[in-house]
Amino acid sequence: MKWLRRWQGLLSQKPLRLAFLGLVISFLVSFPFWASRYWVDVGFYVGLYALLGLGLNIILGEVGLFNLGHAAFWAIGAYTTAILNVRFGIPTLALLPISAVVAAGCAWLVSSPIIHLRGDYLCIVTIALGEIVRLVLINNPGGLTGGPNGVVGIARPVFLGHVIRTPMDFYFLVWAVVILCAIGLRQLQRSRLGRAWNYIREDEIAAEAMGVDVRALKLLAFVVGAALAGLAGNIFAAKMRMVSPDSFTFMESCLMFCIVLLGGMGSIPGTILGAALVVLFPEIFRPVAQYRLLFFGLALAATMYFRPGGLWPRRRTAEILVGQTER
Amino acid sequence: MLTFLQQLLNGLTIGSFYAFVALGYSLVYAILKLINFAHGDLFGLGAYIGYTVFVYAFGVVGTVLGLWGLLAAGFVAAALGTAAAGLIIERVAYRPIYPIGRLPAVVSALGMAIFLSNFIMAVWGPRYLAYQEHFIPTGFWQIGEFRIRVLQVLILLSSLVLLGILYLVVEKTTFGAAVRAVALDRETAALMGIDFLKVIRFAFAVGPALGAIAGVFVGMYYRQINFTMGWVYGLKAFTATILGGIGNIPGAMVGGVLLGLLEALTAGYISAAWKDVFVFAALMLMLIFRPTGLLGEKVAEKV
Repeated sequence: MKWLRRWQGLLSQKPLRLAFLGLVISFLVSFPFWASRYWVDVGFYVGLYALLGLGLNIILGEVGLFNLGHAAFWAIGAYTTAILNVRFGIPTLALLPISAVVAAGCAWLVSSPIIHLRGDYLCIVTIALGEIVRLVLINNPGGLTGGPNGVVGIARPVFLGHVIRTPMDFYFLVWAVVILCAIGLRQLQRSRLGRAWNYIREDEIAAEAMGVDVRALKLLAFVVGAALAGLAGNIFAAKMRMVSPDSFTFMESCLMFCIVLLGGMGSIPGTILGAALVVLFPEIFRPVAQYRLLFFGLALAATMYFRPGGLWPRRRTAEILVGQTER
Repeated sequence: MLTFLQQLLNGLTIGSFYAFVALGYSLVYAILKLINFAHGDLFGLGAYIGYTVFVYAFGVVGTVLGLWGLLAAGFVAAALGTAAAGLIIERVAYRPIYPIGRLPAVVSALGMAIFLSNFIMAVWGPRYLAYQEHFIPTGFWQIGEFRIRVLQVLILLSSLVLLGILYLVVEKTTFGAAVRAVALDRETAALMGIDFLKVIRFAFAVGPALGAIAGVFVGMYYRQINFTMGWVYGLKAFTATILGGIGNIPGAMVGGVLLGLLEALTAGYISAAWKDVFVFAALMLMLIFRPTGLLGEKVAEKV
């Protein structure tokens, strides 16, 4: 695994990093023009999970809050889009920011009373939260969510008169959002706010003693993370043209959790890499379809053994995290 | 009144399942501070091993030892097989990783959970399997309108007896003192000459064994098992663990029974569809107002 570290070392030099970035971007842009429709669809899912992973990365990676219920915010975003579009005919693309705001608002509401919980206790409450949201969706309160069948007939998004319908259209939509978010998050990481978040992750009590408003910043992390999940929910609903509670299970939350830790906590390229692995793994192992998740489970454990800090850890913290036991 | 009693009995039965499974979570958490997400699927594995013994040993063991002998064989095989699986998982997926950090261990545990449920699916197939009538005790006592099944009594009694024994072992024996010492502080316990690997192995053998017994009971009680049952019961049992206070044995018991009652009574009186919402809402309220659970002790925060 030394080559990975050396690789990261190379990337810290600016010209090389720019060259690498250019290579990645040109690959991403050209991909749908030479790949088959099927693989473009796979590329779409990589982008979708990257977006979800980036959202969870703020909560789990930057601030260190164990959130195993992130699918709840994704579901809220998707259902906001579905209900507002099907019932009130609001254009799907216009609902993109609205879904993010609604998901963020819900996150603020539900995390306010639980934000003081630490570690595993927070983890459990978020699991419960994810389950509650899913069960409420199944139980169809007020005939809004359509019960187990969900909501069908979501209109296709229209961008400047162009109807987004092919896998290629959706591929570009999701990756445009991912790249915009990644740039925004990169700026956030380097800001006062990002450093305060990392401070809370490393030592909450010390951060509080230094005057960091721990409670407010933790809440903010939840809100921003949920907003990104809300965006992903909107795009997912637009792509599937229907939403149902089956899509937002505990398993999905687990996958997002694994994406962040596979990639490396707080690392934006790592999260995208993690999303790619989690989505591509079952695709590559399709020939042994029945056993692919079996191998996936083993691969998760093995990765954590060989690269406990993740595959692409954030450089600044990489040296400290390896071999250190967290509290 | 009759409905109430019947629901009470149902709740106690379901609660016993949760208590059995909750203990496995609680033991491992007390010792390693790790949520063993694979525990729910070990419980599922137990149900499948029991099923296999019942189906394939029915001819031989069933005729020689009778129904009760067959049942005993099934339970023992499930407990032993699952305990072995628990030990293997501990050796392969946890022991190399938990010194590294808590989060990698959580991912490893999730990985093992995914592995196990898919392993069950690969071996026994994705369809529901039925526990057939001829290897389930089907008798019941009728008191007026009120009906108690032999199986229910069996479940309640064995949960009381087994969990009682475990409690006595942990609280009253020398080895139990070692377990409690490791739970308090692993490093200091090691300095005092306690072999903490032994304690960890104990947790990873006894927890899954109890879970397996619950798995076989669940199969008998609901007559069907599926490879996803581990997730469902695991999550509920984990909730029970937290309700009672994670890391202590009576807590897991109380939490399990409480959760079972809550579930049965909301299903009977409010709405079966909303019962799980109530369960998880109760969990959230509990954590907001008493984060250490009903029987948990307040732990001072170390700076």
